[in-house]
Order: sequence, then C-alpha cells, then structure tokens
Amino acid sequence: MLNIGKNLKYFFLLPALLSILALAALLMWGLRPGIDLAGGSLLQVTYPNGRPPVAEVQAVVDKLGLGEVRIQPTGTNDYILSQRDLSNQEKNQLEAVLGGFGQFQEDQFNSVGPVLGAELLDKGLISLGLVVICIILFIAFAFRKVSKPVASWKYGIVAIITLLFDVLIPVGVFAALGHFQGAEVDSLFIVALLTILGISINDKIVVFDRIRENLQLNNGRHMDFADTVSKSIRQTLARSINTSLTVVIMLLALYFFGPASTQVFALTLTVGMIVGTYSSIFFASPLLVAWDQWSRSSSAKKK
Amino acid sequence: MRYSAVLILIVAVAIGFFVWKTNAPGGRFAFKLGLDLSGGSELTYNADTSKVPSSQIADSMNALQAVIERRVNAFGVGEPVVQTQQAGALGTGGYRLIVELPGVTDINQAIAMIGQTPTLDFQLVKPGFEASTTNADGSINMAAFEDTGLTGTYITGATLQFGNGSGNALQTQPTVQVNFNAAGTKLFSQITDQNVGRELGIFLDGNLLSAPVIQEKIDNGSAVISGNFTADQAKELATNLNLGALPVPITLASTESIGAILGDQATHAGVIAGLLGFLILCIFMILWYRVPGLVAVVSLVIYGVLMLALFKLIPVVLTAAGIAGFILSVGLAVDANILIAERMKEELQAGHNAHDAIAHGFSRAWNAIRDSNTAHIIVAVILFWFGTSIIKGFALVFGLGVIVSLLSAIIISRTFLLALGISAESRVGRFFMRSGINK
Repeated sequence: MLNIGKNLKYFFLLPALLSILALAALLMWGLRPGIDLAGGSLLQVTYPNGRPPVAEVQAVVDKLGLGEVRIQPTGTNDYILSQRDLSNQEKNQLEAVLGGFGQFQEDQFNSVGPVLGAELLDKGLISLGLVVICIILFIAFAFRKVSKPVASWKYGIVAIITLLFDVLIPVGVFAALGHFQGAEVDSLFIVALLTILGISINDKIVVFDRIRENLQLNNGRHMDFADTVSKSIRQTLARSINTSLTVVIMLLALYFFGPASTQVFALTLTVGMIVGTYSSIFFASPLLVAWDQWSRSSSAKKK
Repeated sequence: MRYSAVLILIVAVAIGFFVWKTNAPGGRFAFKLGLDLSGGSELTYNADTSKVPSSQIADSMNALQAVIERRVNAFGVGEPVVQTQQAGALGTGGYRLIVELPGVTDINQAIAMIGQTPTLDFQLVKPGFEASTTNADGSINMAAFEDTGLTGTYITGATLQFGNGSGNALQTQPTVQVNFNAAGTKLFSQITDQNVGRELGIFLDGNLLSAPVIQEKIDNGSAVISGNFTADQAKELATNLNLGALPVPITLASTESIGAILGDQATHAGVIAGLLGFLILCIFMILWYRVPGLVAVVSLVIYGVLMLALFKLIPVVLTAAGIAGFILSVGLAVDANILIAERMKEELQAGHNAHDAIAHGFSRAWNAIRDSNTAHIIVAVILFWFGTSIIKGFALVFGLGVIVSLLSAIIISRTFLLALGISAESRVGRFFMRSGINK
C-alpha cells in the first residue's frame, strides 16, 4: 500500500477531490464573518422565568427600526440577538422592550463598529501572509543542505502546497457550515488557521527529515528515490499519527467541554490537524516523488 | 542521575504546592482573569486629534490616558486598564482609547463614569456678535465664536469658591476657580491682554456657561467660572476638573460587556476541558508507550505545574483564548516525548542497550524537536503582533508553552528516563521499553 512509486496516481485522487469540494463551497457560499470581523452587535439575555416565544419577541423588536435583528434561542432560557452595531441609547431601547416580557438579565453585550471590524480582518490577512512567508523562509533554511536527487527548494515548494491544502479544507468546511447552520467565523478562526500552518509544518518536516537521513545513509548504495520515500514514510508513520493524535485529543476535549467562545477555534484546528497529518503522509511525499519522476523524464527527453 | 531525578520531583512538588495555595481570589498570586472570564466591560473610544498639532499628539494621548485612569480609579474600579492605541491595520491611523473595567457589567454605568469627564473650552465672541450668541431656540450659535486654543488640558486644578463671578452675580454665588499651568497661564494672559472688552465664552461639555467681558489682562493664571451653579453643581464641577478635563474629544466606537455568570461558566468549561483532555492523553500515552509514556506523563504534569506558576508570577492575564492556548500547548508538549520514544524504540530494535538507546533517542530526535518548536514560536510572535488583547493572550500562553515544553522534554524527561535505567536485557525490561502493538 505504501509503495509510492507504483501507485502514484491514486494518492492524488483524494486531495484533488477534497480541494475541489472546498473551493466550490468557498466560492458558492463564502464565509460568514462574526461581528468582530464585520462589525455589528450581539446581545445575549436570559429569562430566568422562562423565555417568551421567538415570534413575539421578533415582532416587538422589529418595530424599533434597528434594521434586521436575528434572534437565536440558545440553552434553555437564553436568546442571542444579532443586529448592526448599536449606540448605547439604542441598546437601552432594545432592553426596555425585552423587559416587557418579564424579568431578564443581560449575559453579554458586544457592539463593534464596522471600521474596527474591517481593521481586524485586514490585520488577520496580513498575519496570514506573514506566516506563509516566514514558513517558506524557514523551510528553505532547514533544508538548505539537501540536494540530491531532489533539490532543497523543491521540498519547500511541496511543503507550501500541502500547507495551503491543509488550510483550504477547514475553510471549505466552515463555508459549508456557514451555509447550512449559520456558523460564523471570528478572529479566533484566523488564529486557528495561522496555528494550523505553524503546527502542520512539523509533520512535513518529520517526514522530510527522515527522507533526508535515509538519502544520506544511501549515499553509497543505489536506491530508487521512490523507494526511499516509501521507506521513510513507513518509519515515521507511527510518530506522525501519534503526535497529531495527542493534539487532536486535547482539541476535541476543548470543543466538546470547553467554553462556547473557543468552539470555532477548536473545530477549525481539529480539522486542520487531521487533514495536515493525512497530507504529510499521503500527499506531500507522493508530490516529491512525482516531481522527481517528472524532472527526470523531462531532462531525459532533452538529451 | 537518580539524585537529579529526585531533585526535580521535589522542586516540582514545591511549585505545585505554591500553585495550589495561592488560589484565594484577590490574593497577590491568584490567577488574573481577563474580562471574558471574570466579567466586566471594555469600551473603545475614537480620539479626535484633528485640532491638536501633530507634535503634541503623543502628549495629548498620554494626558488622555492619565485623566481617564484617574477618573476610573476614583470610582473604585478594581484594576482597570486604560490604554491608547493607533488604529489601522498597520497602526498608522487615528488614535483610540481602550478602557477595561473588570467587574463593571452595566455599560450605562461605565459610559457615565467616563462620560462625566468634562471638556472645557474657552472661545472668544466675535466682535458684533454679542447679542447673537444664542439662536432663537436657545441653542448656541457657534458661528458667533472663535477658538482661542485654550482648553481644559491647561488646567491644573479647580477650587470651589463663594464670591464674585462675572461682576453682576450675587456676592455668595458658588463659583469655580480654575488654575492654569505655565503654558496655560501664558496663553490666557495673551488672550486677555489682546482682547480687553470682548466677551470670553466658557463652554463646559459644549454648553455655554457664561461669557464674561474681559476687563483687563489676567496673568496670575486663574479664572473664575460662574454659571448659576448650585453649591452641589459647583462642587461636582470642581471635583471633575481636578480629576482632569479631556485633552481631546472622544466618541464611543465599540463596547463589550460580559456578565460574571457567563464568565464563570466559560472558566469552568475551560478547566474541565483541560483536565478531561489531559486524562485521556495520559491514558493513551501510558497504554501505547508504557514506561517512556509514564515518564512523558510525569514530565507533562511538571510542565503543567510550571506553566500555572508562570501564569501567576508574570502575571499572565488568562482569557478563554488563553486557556485554549494552554490546552493546545499540552497536546504539543507531549510530542517531544513521542519523538524521543520513537527514536528509542528504533535504537532498541537495532540492538543497543537501554542506556544507549535513551541517549541516542534524545540526540537524534533533537533536530525534529528544535525545528517544530521554532515554527511554533514564529506563529506565536506574529499572532502577538496581530491581535486584540484576547489574541495576544493566546499568543503569549502559546509561546510560553513552547519554551517551557522544550525545557520539560529535554531536562525532565531525559533525567527521569536515565534515572530509571531499566536494563533492556531482561524480557520484562524489553516489554517496558517497547511501545505500540507490533511486538
């Protein structure tokens, strides 16, 4: 199964399929930004004596002229109201109206102006760019001494391609979740994507490191590159899976038992880690072999 | 080696004891919780620096921070945080003021606290406009006034006085005498010198209080403000002015408030998630890696204890994102142990004895450990730059976790493994040092 040379084509099927699905989801549905990225306000209230029916609350709230107000029930007695950013007066008006249904308490209120939101989004995108550049430099440095038979910069490119794949899939997942369940992405989502980049690179390095070591050991002996890669993967399989498994265990605990505010973060990172482990073993290495074969056959043609 | 191992254990237990005993809320070393865990409000204001010459903006913003901080402290808010910041993705935009008020969950109250900071303004009435300073509906006709540049920034203090105000007031009317600083005195002296006979409008929070006629040059640096105050009003104004007037006008840009109940729930959820995840992790490590797994668990516990102690000592303000970062870092900290254990397994399979296997396991795994942690630190640094205070909290915890986990893997795991020194010759020894399911 792990004979990469023979089964090269098949290894690319799943990554290609997943990438197309994720891209399609992203282009069709896009991501839903939360208020800290797009601006807006959120009010969470609890009615300890039982909450009034949504329709009634919606009717009363709509009359205030605050634009579109989305009311979501949560927990047993809570409502979350999402609307455009509110001035303090408007918020007091809203609460006065909500008080008409009975005693309630305000759990949290968050109002972000659109300028602040757009700024955070910009900063997030710049950070993503910075991390990608730093990682490229980092890999170039880490693999500067490996040249035969595949040049060191090729390892770097392959690593970047697989990293982009690792980030694309969680984004696609949230595009789908946003469309079907109204899931919103917040600034912690961007943090999770950045963290995926930083952690996933490990797995790639572990495998590439082993390939490098085996190539050095094989310097005297003739060994097919594809076989070297396959052997390296077999040797590092347990390590790759286990190092990711430990992180996923903690993340799943965080998702299922942790605070609500970090659930988007936990889910994004979990998907990213799983995809990342898969891509280090079954996507990055076949890419290396394919590249090696392609460059050898094209230089053979030149002769 | 055995001595080192025992020493580490003793130190770790001592630190653990310290962490355990300093948990009383309000104690000097209790955990510092961010707003989203302790409950409180955060207000972000835009500061309008358009009328301030650019060389003085930094000073004005510092003065603004000091004024608001004094005011908030005067209201008895415990450990508020007042910061100034520049807007824009690259930090080159307008200026902002961020105020964090732990424990204050009523935004109305928070805004009132800050909103009461007075803005004091002195504007000259243009010649010929004396009769038309107010419009028909009573609002102020701003076209009748021209700016003098003298604002509340220049005031050093204010006192309540009973006495003569603008010449036509009763003898015992409450007034407020304000004193200017050196620059203010000079400016006031200039204004009064050059404009004798004109009216000088005194505006408080945009409301015209009075417009006394300038009788003569005033160079003692003090002015009397009268405006038909009651004694209470005058006293309040004097108090507010003493705490400081706003150097620049501010408008509210965003608000956030979280109730203490929600904050508590988030804290509990975070702690439970952490403990549960840790438990499952320990079970997995021991089952799969046996003795090295047990060593990993011990070094992980010491890692956790060290991190908690660092949170208390630095101190690190914990937010929900910070707890998430900590939980994540536990999962990553154990990875170094896994890399070492896997290398050891290879060495044992190659026929080395246990001692050599352990030593080689460490040195050969070091490259991978070093590289992966470097990547983590790069991400932590960039995140620290990117984020709001919540994200900074995550980045700090994450970065700290990387450093401490490096230490715990190298020093602690290595010491314990070598101290155990189980011979790999016996079958029992081989069983304990192997791992996984194959053989």
